Parts: sequence; structure tokens; C-alpha cells
Amino acid sequence: MQRFAALYAELDRTASTLAKREAIASYLRDAPAADAAWAVYVLGGGKLRRLATSTELRQALSASTGYADWLIDESYEKVGDLAETITLMLPAGDGTLADTSLQSWMEEKLPALGRLESAERIEQLREWWRRLPSTQVFLLNKLITGSMRVGVSQRLVVQSIAQWSEQSTDLIAHRMSGPWRPDAAALQALTRDADEGEHLADRPYPFFLASPLENDVETLGEPSLWLAEWKWDGIRAQLMRRDDNVGLWSRGEERLDGRFPEIERAALSLPADGVLDGEVLAWDAASMMPRPFTALQKRIGKLKPGAKLLTDAPVRFMAYDLLEIDGVDLRERPLQERRTLLAGLLEKTDAALMLSPSIVADAWEALATEREASRERQTEGLMLKRLDSPYRVGRKRGDWWKWKIDPHTLDAVLLYAQPGHGRRSGLFTDYTFGVWDGDTLVPVAKAYSGLDGAEIERLDRWIRAHTTDRFGPVRAVDAEQVFELAFEAVQLSGRHKSGVAVRFPRILRWRTDKGIGDADKLDDLRRLASG
Amino acid sequence: MSDPLLQPRPEGLYCPAGDFFIDPMLPVARAVVTHAHGDHARSGSGRYQVAAAGIGLMRERLGHDAVIDAHGYGEVFAMGDVSVSLHPSGHVLGAAQVRMAYDGRVVVVSGDYKREPDPTCVPFEPMPCDVFVTESTFGLPVYRWPPMAQVIDDLLAWWDDCARRQVPAVLFCYALGKAQRILAELALRTDRGVHLHGAMLRLVESYREAGVRMVPTEPVGESARGRDFAGELILAPPSAAGSPWMKRFAKASTGFASGWMQIRGNRRRRGYDRGFVVSDHADWPGLLKSIRDSQAKRVYVTHGDGETLIRYLREQGHDAQPLRVLRGSDNNESGG
Repeated sequence: MQRFAALYAELDRTASTLAKREAIASYLRDAPAADAAWAVYVLGGGKLRRLATSTELRQALSASTGYADWLIDESYEKVGDLAETITLMLPAGDGTLADTSLQSWMEEKLPALGRLESAERIEQLREWWRRLPSTQVFLLNKLITGSMRVGVSQRLVVQSIAQWSEQSTDLIAHRMSGPWRPDAAALQALTRDADEGEHLADRPYPFFLASPLENDVETLGEPSLWLAEWKWDGIRAQLMRRDDNVGLWSRGEERLDGRFPEIERAALSLPADGVLDGEVLAWDAASMMPRPFTALQKRIGKLKPGAKLLTDAPVRFMAYDLLEIDGVDLRERPLQERRTLLAGLLEKTDAALMLSPSIVADAWEALATEREASRERQTEGLMLKRLDSPYRVGRKRGDWWKWKIDPHTLDAVLLYAQPGHGRRSGLFTDYTFGVWDGDTLVPVAKAYSGLDGAEIERLDRWIRAHTTDRFGPVRAVDAEQVFELAFEAVQLSGRHKSGVAVRFPRILRWRTDKGIGDADKLDDLRRLASG
Repeated sequence: MSDPLLQPRPEGLYCPAGDFFIDPMLPVARAVVTHAHGDHARSGSGRYQVAAAGIGLMRERLGHDAVIDAHGYGEVFAMGDVSVSLHPSGHVLGAAQVRMAYDGRVVVVSGDYKREPDPTCVPFEPMPCDVFVTESTFGLPVYRWPPMAQVIDDLLAWWDDCARRQVPAVLFCYALGKAQRILAELALRTDRGVHLHGAMLRLVESYREAGVRMVPTEPVGESARGRDFAGELILAPPSAAGSPWMKRFAKASTGFASGWMQIRGNRRRRGYDRGFVVSDHADWPGLLKSIRDSQAKRVYVTHGDGETLIRYLREQGHDAQPLRVLRGSDNNESGG
């Protein structure tokens, strides 16, 4: 694992994407293929599951150092990363395991760790720690806790492989979509030249992602060159039917098969094989409108939904693009053409497959007016897609824009704070906010983002000086600070103490000009949710 | 707490039997000052007692009109009924622990200190005492300093790498103490010249006058406009980061030399490319060793993660107490 440790150190010490890409490409050139395959896997966010719990790691640390639990907890609170905390507290190891390959760790040692009984597992961890140099103790802990956090995205890994193998990034991205087995042969297979009939039967296409429209809509030019659709609030997914096999893949490239049987059944009724891009929505047949996202949540968790759930919470697949028909890749064809084919394909199918309607308007003002009605239609705004655009890979600006409605806002009081992780470790950056329910403040939203670095540091100092209580890493603070939060929607929810679920809350501003008496009331949120 | 040798007061730490303050925040009649960092040495008091080794820096800090008595390390002088002596603390040039003996008791206020060797100052002198006052800037077990030679290896490798890539290497570090320590450590390994931010010039000069050997230095300001700093090492105070002054160092790789760099998140949050773990404060083992060495029956802990250290010491059977002394909020100079 020495070479991988050196790569990690190199990635960790630069913020430049270019330098990171070069470092990964150069590692891929030099490392044994089996190790390189695993490096690609873990850097891209892959992890081995259930190797050891954080409690076991802490117990092992306590046993190896003699430090009390509270001292370990306080250290962790400051460091913000358990893998790093352990490395910083342990005595130096002797390095006798330093030459063990990454492959051996990932294929033999770590899976074996996962199979041990808890007490043996703790002993095994301690032995490894004694026998590794500290850079590798850190990496080992990272592999066990499951997150590299070194500023490398899946996309960057794809680019690095493309650079190393001299293939296009789109081809590599496609070959890596879906589950990818990290072994030497699979890595080699990624890098071979593209061949005409390359059939990627079991893989979805990499999703094309829209960017938020930040400029005035008029800057997009002539409206007749654009397709406008509703921006649906569901699960983005690709529905594939190839040789009568149906698959449903989420944007996270996970299979959703089995969860939405009505959609899979409907796919079988299509007149041809194809790959459709669209959105899974909870549907209200009476109003012919989507239901709030919370209605969909009941279905997401349920692998084999029963008859009652299928009746109570029906879903639809709202299709808006066609990427493949009868084995022919359509992604380079203009959107207009793909839409025509899609409409033809969906003409006579099961009701569970719908065509996302295009919104016809000859002027931007007319579209802006339509957009105002987004909330009533249970949508998040409009999508604007250039009619002659190909279906691209990843988030590429220019052809697809999301033109969302302005968010709701509310003023809420800071109630709890918790230290962040990674870049924000050691600082209180995860906040819980409350609004008034009668004369008490009840928590309604958690938010992590929206403040700048200076504000975060100032708030961190304030939190430390105004802590009233501690619950593990969480601090309760004096109810004094008011923040303006933005959010997309609010729904009634039986799972939340407040009775409402606030969707996508984030901080807009620190309202130092407001007192806690100015904060919003829970009743107003309830009204908004039921209206 | 009513100790005839030690009393926290708004002005600073007061010694009733000797009628003087240690590192007062506000002007007082009689002050003993442990070292020249801005949050310890403040101008405006009537008369100062300091260690002779740091007299140059003290004059810079306290003003040339200040009345200052300089004492050799270990020299005993009377303040009221108290026999006072100053002993090396190993923090920066001229830094001192204050030893106070009165009525058969000895109290040592160690000020800021470290236990690692430092070519710019005399090493910390352990002294047995009844009461030991310790700092705790890095009072958590995650703080353990790597050997300085290893840090300098890393620093030189970074400098070489920047030279290869033809970009400037800008290293941020505190202007008093840390900068000179790095220049002196470099002098043990190389004679390559280093460029200095203006805020460091006088202080580096003071160290040279005190006989500390460092690599050759050149002010950035005097370098001709449009000069190419590719492959050069530049030292600057942390306040220069993100300022217009940095514009002349196009594409610079940046580093920060501080004990806080022990934690990855601190470095990544501040956006430095490289962190070098160098501190003029004691790490966790250094704090524990010094407390052990003092053989003190009671330990007072000031600033930093004091609560953690106190709880740990109590679990180990020590009589440990917090000592709240106000320090300036601008803790930049000595903060790591």
C-alpha cells in the first residue's frame, strides 16, 4: 500500500485538479494493475461494507493508548475525522506490514476483518496498527471508515483514466457506469480502444446534468430554439429495456429494480427496446399531478412493495429523453429528433409511462408566467433544453438549464451546532434551526451551507462561548442568533417532531439585525405545507 | 484563590508579595515580561524586568523610552519580599520562565514554552517547584511534534519541487520566533537565500544582532519590480495570505508552518497547499513531561484546551486547576 499512500499524500497536498489528475494518471501507469483497479475503486467513492463500527475503532484505540473514552471523544471533536484522530493518537508502528499490497488489503485482509467477532476484530485492528507506518495507519482507517475525502470526484477519476489510457472521457465514463468490479482485467477492459459494436448491455448511460440558470433568461437568445418542460421533483432515472430485460437505474447509478414494478411492467409493453431518461414520480391520478416527494419516500425504501402500497402510492415514469432505440445509440442526435422518437415510442403504452409535456410559448415572458405556476403543479420550475443539443455526459454548461422558482424563505433561530467533517473539521458548521411553536422554539431544519469562511469562524467562536448543554458532539446554544433560510418546499410529516419536513434548507443570511422574537412561527409552515 | 505569590487580576497575573504583574495586559507600575510576543509584552508600564537574551526584541516591542532591567538567566533579583529569577523556556529568543521564591515556597510561571531543540534560543530549563503554571495551547493528545529534521526535509523537498515546476514557494509563519527558527534550521542544511516580507525584516535583524546564524535573506520589497520569484522561497506572516501583496507571486505554491497544521482539516480549510508542523509551544508529551519534571504539588493551567488537560491531570492524580488570565484576542503572533 506504500505507492497508494504516496499517491494519497500527493493528492492531499494540492488543490489543483490538474495536478491531481496527473498524479492519479502517473500512479495508474506505475502501479500493478490489480492495485490500480482498487485505487480507482476507492478514489471513486467505492467502499467495502461493514468492516468495523466506529465504536470498535474507538475501543481499539482506547486499548492501544490507554486513553479514556472522553479524551478520545474530545480529540475527535477537534480533528473531525476518526481515521485521522486514531492516527494522531497511536504510538508509531514498526512498519513490518508496510509492503502489503492494496489488492491484498482489499481482497483478503479487510474482508476477513469483517468476518471476525467483535473482540477479535479489535485485536486484529490493534495488531495492524502496531505493524504499519503512520501514513498507512491513516489510509487503513480511511478504507475501514469508508471515505477518502481527498478532493477527488468520480469524474476526476474518469478523467485520469482517460488521460492514462488515451481514450475519451465519455467512453470511460460509460464503461464505468453501473457496478464496476475492481480487478486487473476490468481495469484493462476500460482502456481498450472503442470498437464499433461495443455493447454495454448491462450499463446505463452517464447522465447529462443541467446547470442552474444564473443569468437573465433573455441571454439564451431566441426562445424558439429551446424546449421548455417542467422540472419534476422525483428520482432521476434511466429506464432500460434491452432484449426484453428491463432495468431501472438511479442517477447515483444504483439499480432500482424491484421497487417500482408498475414501471418495469410498462417497459415491457414498449413497441421497441430502448433507454429512456426521465423521472420517477409519486402520482395522483385524480388530479393528474405529481404528489410531494415525501409520498415517494414510502416507495424508495420498499424492495418488493405489496398490493396495498402499490394502490396507495402509485408511481409514474415521466420520460423526457430517449438515448437508445433498438440498440442504436441516439445520444449524438439532436434533442428534437430524440423527442420525436420518444413520443412515437410512448404513443400506445401503459399509463405508467408518460411523456413529459413540452411547454409551448413564443416569448420568454410567457414562459416566465408559466413558471410562476410551478408550485401549483408540484414542480420545481422549468427546464430549458436547446433543441439541437446532443445528450452530453455529466454537467456541461450551455445546452441544459434548470430555471427554478425562487425558494421560500423563513427566519429561524440557531438551537444546536455540531462540528463538521473534512475541510470543516474542528469547526461548528452543522446547524439546527428552530421556529416558534407557541412560546417554545422547535427544531425544523438542519443546514450546513450558506455562510462564508469568516462568518463560519465568527459563529464558531460564538457557539463555543454560548454553549448551554452538550449531547456528545452536539452543543445546545443560547437562543439568540437568527438566520434567514431558503428552502424549496415544506411538507407535513409524521416522522418529524415539528410535524413538518423542510426540503433543501440552506442559509441565506445571518440576520444580526433581528431578534429571536422576529423568527417565524410553526403554524405558518404548517399552513404552507397543507396549502 | 488567595496565594501570596499568584493572583489573577484584570490587568494580568499578579504577585502580591512582590507587588508586580507577569505579562500584564494593561499598564501597571511593575512588570515582569516572559517574552516579546505582542500578547505578552505590552507597552505603557512603569518598569519592566526581562531576560537579557531578549533585550533587543523587547526594546522593539516596548519602545525605546521604556525603563527595562535586563537579567541574565538564573540571576536572582528581589521584587518586594520575593526572590525572582528568569530561566529559559525555549519558546523564542530571550523567552523566560519566572521563578518566584518566598516564605519557603517556590512558584514557577513557565510562560510559553517548548521542549524541542531550537537553534535560536536556550533550551527549556526544568525546575522543581511547589506550584507550576503551564500553558496548554496544544493540550490534546493528537498534538505530537515530528522531529524538526524531518520537517526541514519536507520543506526542502517542497522548495525543490517548486523550483522544478518554476513557481514561487511562499511559506507563511509567525514573524517573531517561527521565521527565525526556520531560517536558522535551514542554515544547518543549506546556504540558499530566502526572501522576506517587510514585517519580518527588523525581527530577523534583531536575531542576527543577538548572534543567531541564519541563511542569507533579502527583502521582497527591494527586489526589482516584475522580478521572477519562480523557484524561490519567500517567508511571510499569515496576515499576508490573500492580500494584494501576494499578487507578485503568480501561481505560487503556499505553505503554513504551525502546530495547527498537525490537523489536516486546518490546512485544507485555510487552503494552503502544504502544512509544516512546527510549533514553538509544547506538544502534549512536552506538557506532561514538564509537569512531571516540575514535581509541583499543584498545577495551574492557562489558555488553550485547558479543560482537557486539567481533567486528564486530575485523573492522573494531580491537583490541577484552571487559571484564567486575560490575553489579547489578537493571539496571532504566538498562536501556534
